[in-house]
Amino acid sequence: MNKPVLGLVLGGILGIFDGLSAWFTPAVRSQMMGIVIGSTVKGLIAGILIGYFARKVNSLALGIVFGLGVGLLLAYGVCAMQPGPNHYYFEIMLPGGIVGTIIGYATQRFGQPQPRISV
Amino acid sequence: MFLSDSALERLRVAADAPDLAGTRYRLLGKLGQGGMGGVFRVEDSTLEREVALKVINVADPSLSARLLQEARVIAKLEHPGIVPVHDAGTLPDGRPYYTMKRVQGNRLDELVNDSVGIADRLRMFFRICEPVAFAHAHGVLHRDLKPANIMIGPFGEVLVMDWGLSKLLAEGIASADNGSVAEERAADPAAVVATSHGSVLGTPGYMAPEQRNGETVNQRADVYALGSILEFLLQDAQPRGPARLAAICRKAKAEDRDVRYASVADLADDVAHFVDGLPVSAYPESVFGRAWRWIARNRTWILLLLAYIVVRALLIFFRPR
Repeated sequence: MNKPVLGLVLGGILGIFDGLSAWFTPAVRSQMMGIVIGSTVKGLIAGILIGYFARKVNSLALGIVFGLGVGLLLAYGVCAMQPGPNHYYFEIMLPGGIVGTIIGYATQRFGQPQPRISV
Repeated sequence: MFLSDSALERLRVAADAPDLAGTRYRLLGKLGQGGMGGVFRVEDSTLEREVALKVINVADPSLSARLLQEARVIAKLEHPGIVPVHDAGTLPDGRPYYTMKRVQGNRLDELVNDSVGIADRLRMFFRICEPVAFAHAHGVLHRDLKPANIMIGPFGEVLVMDWGLSKLLAEGIASADNGSVAEERAADPAAVVATSHGSVLGTPGYMAPEQRNGETVNQRADVYALGSILEFLLQDAQPRGPARLAAICRKAKAEDRDVRYASVADLADDVAHFVDGLPVSAYPESVFGRAWRWIARNRTWILLLLAYIVVRALLIFFRPR
């Protein structure tokens, strides 16, 4: 496994859970399938972008900031596409930002060498 | 007739200085003095570089043999953590000498102070273990490991010095020996061999009990010394080394050598486990202890996931109805 693949897997899993949490909002339960698919795709895109960034830039702080930025940006796009007057910016962007941060942290920490004795 | 102190000092230095006539070396100064001989700063006139020259104090056959043995042992150990031997020969007065790289830096006991954090100290410890483990893998025991014999270079390089008490374990290397040291073939690198002349050689505080008592020694004697070095590195570390590191020191310094780590690699692995937040063999833990360590090790993950769950829960709780 490499960093982009880890980002993809993590983004996909967190995206699915993110989408499933819509079940707690009865008003949108009828659109569950679309929400889960959309959320998963969003997670996959965020994951691969953050994973590629982690491959190029080896910095935990920058990785987390980039992850947060990508998570917020993609979530903003989802909000902007919402039909009707309520775009749920706060409800979608806040968890989206945290998911991006988690992926940013994970992809930066992945594959760090450990000290070992070799002769 | 009386001589002034400075004149006496000059005479003492001149008398102490080796006669390098007929060699390619020119004396520049003295670097240090040990029990067996002195180390001098000399210039290699052929290669035009400064090197260190080690020579015994008096032309004693057993000391000569030991110096030559030391040079041969070091020459066989090609490792970045071991000072390379360049040349060996005999002075006009019959004393043997060898030259080696002149190491510039600080001794470990002079370098470690409050400003060096525990992570840097453990990093140094790993780099000390590497050449010792390498020497063991090549059938050589150091037998005098202590902070004063470890140099830290200006770029953080670690060099294990003074292999004057080193001892051969493996037959291949022992065959090159001049016979001054009684050797036995050790099929297992951890096996015990006879000490030279049954004499006690080493430094109190860093010497394993079996070495102190003049008994046979194996690589666990070096493990004991490394345990003492780890203890030295941790004694005034900030933050103070936790109980698990203290347990590693205790295991490495066990009076009964069978209780100690079987090899330097095992000791370093246990320290690496500590660094990685994994269980260490020297410190059995309860279930709660393990759980707490797991939480401490993965605290960032746990905090991020908790933040996500809390945010989700709050959004659900306060959702518009």
